[in-house]
Amino acid sequence: MHSPVDIETANIETSWPDAIYAQFRRVGIRQVGYVPDAGHSRLIALCRDDPSIADVVLTTEEEGVGLVAGATLGGQRAALLMQSSGVGNCINMFSLLRNCGFPCVILVTMRGEFGEFNPWQVPMGAITEDVLRLCGFLTYRVDNAGEVDQIVGAGCDMAFDGDLQVAVLLSQRLIGRKQWTR
Amino acid sequence: MLDRRDFVKQLLRDRGDLLVVPGLGSATYDVAAAGDHPLNFYLWGAMGATAMIGLGLALARPDRRVVAIPGDGDMLMGIGSLATIGVKQPANLAIVVLDNARYGETGMQPSATAQGVDLVAMALACRFAHARAVSRIEEAADVRALLREGVGPILINARIAAEDTPRVLPLRDGHAIKQRFIAALNPA
Repeated sequence: MHSPVDIETANIETSWPDAIYAQFRRVGIRQVGYVPDAGHSRLIALCRDDPSIADVVLTTEEEGVGLVAGATLGGQRAALLMQSSGVGNCINMFSLLRNCGFPCVILVTMRGEFGEFNPWQVPMGAITEDVLRLCGFLTYRVDNAGEVDQIVGAGCDMAFDGDLQVAVLLSQRLIGRKQWTR
Repeated sequence: MLDRRDFVKQLLRDRGDLLVVPGLGSATYDVAAAGDHPLNFYLWGAMGATAMIGLGLALARPDRRVVAIPGDGDMLMGIGSLATIGVKQPANLAIVVLDNARYGETGMQPSATAQGVDLVAMALACRFAHARAVSRIEEAADVRALLREGVGPILINARIAAEDTPRVLPLRDGHAIKQRFIAALNPA
């Protein structure tokens, strides 16, 4: 599911993960659950280095749905980071969010689209946004680094002010194409 | 073998400020039968997530004790969460698995624990601070004390008899269950 090391990771435009992190700080995110993805590596590092954020590495993305519910019950805000393939792992568990009205913000790094080198990523990547919508999420797609701050900020406000489920899809074009390096 | 209703009732007696997350199916009915409480987050679905909801809650409220009560099928479906919890080492979280080695809601088909799959060994391998199996009602007082004072993460595998108990149905509206819980735990 997760790709081999890629040299582009080092070249990721650093501003957009920092913009997401700044929004996490602004809205008071206190728990971040994730299954690692190369595209999220800088954001994960920022969250791990922040003592006010509990970073929770998950064995599968659906665990994150339970984490978000528990955090909300305890009066905290939580966000999830995952790759597009992880969305498929969550489908049934997303019912918990709808049934109870738990606010949820997911940052999805896209695979299986623009310039994807691995065809095994394409089937899930191609349906990720549709799946999220069917599961009741509002979805916002970001292609340019300059839009990240505004879209993530708006998504967080909608989720936490309205007990809504919001997914921001960070396109493969934004993240950078992966290259097979070994 | 434990009588599940009797065991859960004893665990939750004089519950103080315990936060309780029972898993879908019989665990939710058992907790309801022990007495309705706003700090019960009854699950009617989300099979596999009971322990993780407990983790999110325990991380959010380190000042409170949290007990998640999944059945064996629920725990097995979310078995990876034992590793996730083991990494975070929440001192205030206990999981009490109501293990009848059966899928009770669907016709009592045997689960993996019926063949000796060992949840206690799995929890210990996942760095739980304490894990043990209990099968006698005399042990309920020990478990009750562990839930209140033991250093977590704790897993108790409660071997319960595979019997059909009458359903005791609590609130089923998820929004209502959530809002009631939040209002009771986080008064404005």
